[in-house]
Amino acid sequence: MEITTGWYLVLGALLFIIGGTGLLIRRNPLVMLMCVELMLNGVNLSFVAFSRTLNDIGGQTVVFFVLVVAAAEVVVGLGLVVAILRRQPGATADDLSLLKG
Amino acid sequence: MVELVWLIPALPLIGFVVLLLAGKLLGEPRAGWIATTAAGASFLVTLMVFVGLLGRDSHSGGRSYELILFDWLPSGSLQVEAGFLVDPLSVTMALFVTGVGALIHLYSVGYMHGDPKYSKFFLYLNLFLFSMLMLVFGNNLVVTFLGWEGVGACSYLLISFWHHRDSAATAGKKAFVTNRVGDWGFLVATFAIWSALGTVTYTEIASSPAMTAATGTAVSLLLFVAAAGKSAQLPLYVWLPDAMEGPTPVSAMVHAATMVTSGVYLLVRMNNVLTDDALIVIAVVGAATALFAALCAVAQHDIKKVLAYSTISQLGFMFLAIGSGAYVAAIFHVITHAFFKALLFLGSGSVIHGMGDEQDMRKMGALRLAMPITGATFIVGWLAIAGVPPFSGFWSKDEILLAAWEQENIGPLLWVIGLITALLTAYYMSRQVILVFFGDQRWDEDAHPHESSWTMTTPLCVLAGAAIVGGAINLPLVKDWLVLEHFLEPIFNDPHHFSSGTTTKVALAVISVCAALAGISLAVLSWLTRRISTDRLEPDFLENAMYVDSTYARVVDGIGTSSFQGAADIDERFVDGTVNTVGKLTMRLGQLIRPAQSGYIRNYAVGVALGALVIVAFLTWGLLL
Repeated sequence: MEITTGWYLVLGALLFIIGGTGLLIRRNPLVMLMCVELMLNGVNLSFVAFSRTLNDIGGQTVVFFVLVVAAAEVVVGLGLVVAILRRQPGATADDLSLLKG
Repeated sequence: MVELVWLIPALPLIGFVVLLLAGKLLGEPRAGWIATTAAGASFLVTLMVFVGLLGRDSHSGGRSYELILFDWLPSGSLQVEAGFLVDPLSVTMALFVTGVGALIHLYSVGYMHGDPKYSKFFLYLNLFLFSMLMLVFGNNLVVTFLGWEGVGACSYLLISFWHHRDSAATAGKKAFVTNRVGDWGFLVATFAIWSALGTVTYTEIASSPAMTAATGTAVSLLLFVAAAGKSAQLPLYVWLPDAMEGPTPVSAMVHAATMVTSGVYLLVRMNNVLTDDALIVIAVVGAATALFAALCAVAQHDIKKVLAYSTISQLGFMFLAIGSGAYVAAIFHVITHAFFKALLFLGSGSVIHGMGDEQDMRKMGALRLAMPITGATFIVGWLAIAGVPPFSGFWSKDEILLAAWEQENIGPLLWVIGLITALLTAYYMSRQVILVFFGDQRWDEDAHPHESSWTMTTPLCVLAGAAIVGGAINLPLVKDWLVLEHFLEPIFNDPHHFSSGTTTKVALAVISVCAALAGISLAVLSWLTRRISTDRLEPDFLENAMYVDSTYARVVDGIGTSSFQGAADIDERFVDGTVNTVGKLTMRLGQLIRPAQSGYIRNYAVGVALGALVIVAFLTWGLLL
């Protein structure tokens, strides 16, 4: 059976959905960050798949940008998580509702 | 030399700044000497400007010099410059303002000895002198208004100088609030003049075509309201008797010699816009004030209160002169009054100082022996204000009475009121002199009255000299001796001339001298030789100033307070109510949508996801179409 572009796209979509669902239902900030990474990589996979199919290098270029931004985001996100957990060990995302109206 | 005019107000301003920065450091008596030097130097510069002005051609506007410093308020068609106007009127005013002012500064060096706020007093005095000179030299109404407000503020600060006394603090507030009524008149008059003539500069107002009769009269009356506030005319006089709570040099300078004459100055300055209808009002109010205040002065016991009511009465004389069209006579009386009233006030200050802060004349008597210089100079001031020839007051008062006599419609009536006032003036001043300096000694031995130091007696002697010969600047005997009248002539479009013949003039003068002598004899008979019983000479009705002040207080307290309360209620209910309702509605709306911000990231994430779905759906729908 030949692995067509469709498979890659389905896999990307699955990764994205798993990440999104995880983000919505998990309470651990660290796990939520990992879910965000999962979603980003799902999209990256789609970009690369399209890049191959359409023979356009642009898709792969975008992936690099996404990777860089994701790395920067993780730096900030992990910094925040560490800072929060220092103040409130074992805090979940629901404990951090200071911006409640 | 007229170009030096900017130095005249600048010198007291420098003194003010120096004292502001280093007054406490300099302390007594250096702070006082710096202020006195600033005032004295200002007088010398004024003399130089005066000499420079005399050197100019007196015809065709040669004696009118404008120095423009900078554009002050350039706004559209209203262009206001900060500038000075040097002409005979402003220089005449400045000469006695700085001259008498410098003497009073010198006097204060001794009088304020030992006061904990010594340097602050001189700081205020210098600021006052600066404001007064801005008022006098301003080349337009707005600069004059700056000085006008400045002297008002200084007056407030100086009246309540001893603000730890309740009465002084209240008197300061009263003066300020009453003066605001006059300031309102000044401002509205300025607006009206600008909208009618398109200018606020004096020289341009003088050369503008006349306003319509109604506007002209309205403007004149508004200017008179302004003048009545500052110069303590009926019905706005109530602040001046209370202003005696300030230190005595302040009473002499601010509330007798200089500031209170600024109303007279304003009307003389604006003589070209005053209409005949308004002049009659001014004359009547002036005459009424003169008589009213003279009656009140008859029954006062406080040495300074007598002089305060006497000041109001004399100011009434000046307004009577203006109302009769005799502006020169008004300015003449302003000058002689500045000399003898400053002298009398400083003399009373010397008495109060020597008696250890005693102001009740019933506890004085026979002080001429203990205070020879004060006594002698005070007697000179008394003869001057009583109108005994050849002292200065006689000449100026006589000219006003003559002007009143010649007033077209109600001249003789005004003259009779003036004559009665002159008689009363002679009477109450004689009463004061007798009670203070003659008669029996009514003070305790331990009061130890003593003559004051040289810094206080020197101004007394100088002012006494001026009070004796001051009349010489405008002697009516020979035409060439009318120095002041010829000097001031260029500022009038239509100079006023007396029409009466010599016989009338002499007859009126003789009658007024007889009135003065009658007043003096009456006082001598009742208070010195006690031939006339004095039991009924001081009725409560007059001692309480005909209850005008207490009536004002009752009206303001009763109807006034309730109407102010009503206004406050309306403000609270309608104005505040509207604003508060809008605020409350906004808050309700906020409460409604508040739960949207739950603070849980998952909820926001759902929002983002749903939003993304909506966008996708929209794009898909667009593609399908």
